[in-house]
Amino acid sequence: MDAAIEVADLRKTYRGRRTGEVRAVDGVSFRVERGEFFGILGPNGAGKTTTLEIVEGLRKPDSGDVRLLGRSPWPHSPELTRRLGVQLQASAFFEFLTVAEQIGTFAELYGAAKARAAEMLDLVGLAEHANMRCEKLSGGQQQRLSIACALVGDPELVFLDEPTAALDPQARRNLWDLMRAINDEGRTVVLTTHYMEEAEALCDRVAIMDAGRIKAVDSPAGFVRKLDAPTRVTVAAGQLDDARIAELALDGTASTADGTVVFETRDPRKLLTALASDGALEGLAVRTANLEDVFLHVTGREWRG
Amino acid sequence: MSAVTEQRTETSRDVPAGTRGRAFLSLFKALGRGWIRDRSQIFFTILLPLMFMVLLASVFGSGDTAASRIVAVGDVAVLDGADPDEFTVESASDLDAALAMLREGDADAAVVQDGSTVRIYPSATNSTSGAIASGRLSSLVDDVNLEVLSAAAPDVPVLATDVEEADGGALQPIQYLAPGILAWGVAISGVFGAAGTIVDWKRDKLMRRLRLTPASVGTFLGAKISVNLVVAVVQTAVFLAVAAVGFGLRLSAWTWFAVPLVLLGTFAFLAIGVVIGGIAQTSPAAAGLSNLVTMPMAFVSGAFYPLALSPQWVQWLSYASPMRYLNEALQSVVVYGESPAAVLPQIGFLAAFAVLVALVSWKTFKFDEL
Ligand SMILES: Nc1ncnc2c1ncn2[C@@H]1O[C@H](COP(=O)(O)OP(=O)(O)O)[C@@H](O)[C@H]1O
Ligand SMILES: [Mg+2]
Repeated sequence: MDAAIEVADLRKTYRGRRTGEVRAVDGVSFRVERGEFFGILGPNGAGKTTTLEIVEGLRKPDSGDVRLLGRSPWPHSPELTRRLGVQLQASAFFEFLTVAEQIGTFAELYGAAKARAAEMLDLVGLAEHANMRCEKLSGGQQQRLSIACALVGDPELVFLDEPTAALDPQARRNLWDLMRAINDEGRTVVLTTHYMEEAEALCDRVAIMDAGRIKAVDSPAGFVRKLDAPTRVTVAAGQLDDARIAELALDGTASTADGTVVFETRDPRKLLTALASDGALEGLAVRTANLEDVFLHVTGREWRG
Repeated sequence: MSAVTEQRTETSRDVPAGTRGRAFLSLFKALGRGWIRDRSQIFFTILLPLMFMVLLASVFGSGDTAASRIVAVGDVAVLDGADPDEFTVESASDLDAALAMLREGDADAAVVQDGSTVRIYPSATNSTSGAIASGRLSSLVDDVNLEVLSAAAPDVPVLATDVEEADGGALQPIQYLAPGILAWGVAISGVFGAAGTIVDWKRDKLMRRLRLTPASVGTFLGAKISVNLVVAVVQTAVFLAVAAVGFGLRLSAWTWFAVPLVLLGTFAFLAIGVVIGGIAQTSPAAAGLSNLVTMPMAFVSGAFYPLALSPQWVQWLSYASPMRYLNEALQSVVVYGESPAAVLPQIGFLAAFAVLVALVSWKTFKFDEL
């Protein structure tokens, strides 16, 4: 079976009168297997949207090759688009239609049954807003409707471009559950995001993108493992004397700053047991390496997503 | 994996033949609904032209049918035999009071009779009705003289005039105003509609989203243009009906041919709107540019004021205005009842214009921005 997506050496330069030349995508290659939850993680302006638009067939690359479900997304083919579900970065709706009419129109375009439209509204929790005008929906509700429209054609491959941007934390978590469910149904999902936790929580594999290039691709756990970074354990100062601190820091490092003591250790279990037996757990915080550290390591610069 | 396959067949998406037709219908429905619910569209295409008709018909149409309002200063014997359909007479104590009434627009002319001299002061405030009033007063004086002379010398033959209206009265102001306003209404709804739509698409990215559905861009554009064409036909029907019933527009037997004319015009105006929408980045910019194009186009088209009475340079410029051809063709067919063959030159010009602008819009349009 073909891969869901195969991308080889994509390049795209925008030439604007004011902005000059922007190399938005600069030699990007990756491969997404069927059924996978694949994430493209990068700060704003990294080139995620441009990459996605090229893969979807909305933009022509300057050079490079794209295979979607084994075929080229260009020129437009109904056979291929019928198998895709797309949520664009900005919600795109017909003006002045109600929620039900909106998704009903998309259902008709994909040749899906009316019942499927209602089912999708239910899935994204918009059933009770079916008769509301789309422009009256909140940002999160619009994103969910947009996802419902992407799913109404029962796609094999779903593209989601920053679906949780500008949502409050609760709405974001709800959307995470929805995205997980979509993937659990066997659909391939490609998600772009600039939230570390999101990529970490959802993706089977993550491509870290910066300045138009993909710096590395791995599973979130694989990234952290490869980074092989120490665990940071913080406790309030004043509970341990200097000698004890030096003793506990033997297999790592210890530093004192701002009324806290910070240990970096490869054996957090041993350190935590020792701190517990000393009764020095006030102000305890344990932080293992995450994608933020990976980003710093991979791109050589601090995360500022 | 098997669970997944089962679920797929349940919500089967087998697509029967004729999907293109179904996609067209659902897009047409969605866009048409949006149009009907957009109050500003209804205002621009239906109400605004009707408002213009009311306004222009009362400006151009009132002066010559209503009775002239005359202020008599002192005793004006000649007014004794005046026809009340032609004159309403008030009296003023002195000339200054009468002239003040003229300035205020309360009267069309003041009259003083001084022995055998009838002195007429036409209104300068409303010069048209002033001129009409003074003309009517002159002929009233002539009639009185004629009566006196005929009584004195009954054997001398005298000439009499009898006024018949040209075209059987077809040149009532509404007869030339209605086609012009209709042409203008079709022009603004085409230009503003297309320009606004393109800018909306740039903003809301609907077009990009639809490009990723099984429906083709061609189907989508076809549905959008069809909505505009249907709108133009409805607009024409409503407008002509109101003009006929409310304003006495006499419709010829060829009036139905207004439909293909308006459709052809709509193509030309939509193409202009697409060029504008390609340049403008925001809705106000699109509206401003549309105004900048439609205002001069209407001004030099003869739509609101007969071209024959316009300065030569306006007449020259009018050849470049598609509204001129639509206006002329509508007037010939709807008002004068000429057959479509008589307006073939206008149809040719409109078609050539539509093709030319469509080519320009096709060449200059950046689909990437949508
Ligand atoms: N239509 C465009 N014209 C010119 N430059 C663009 C355009 N779209 C994006 N860019 C630029 O290309 C770069 C990548 O943008 P984008 O793909 O939107 O990144 P992301 O989705 O990761 O935020 C940015 O520097 C952006 O300013
Ligand atoms: Mg983006």
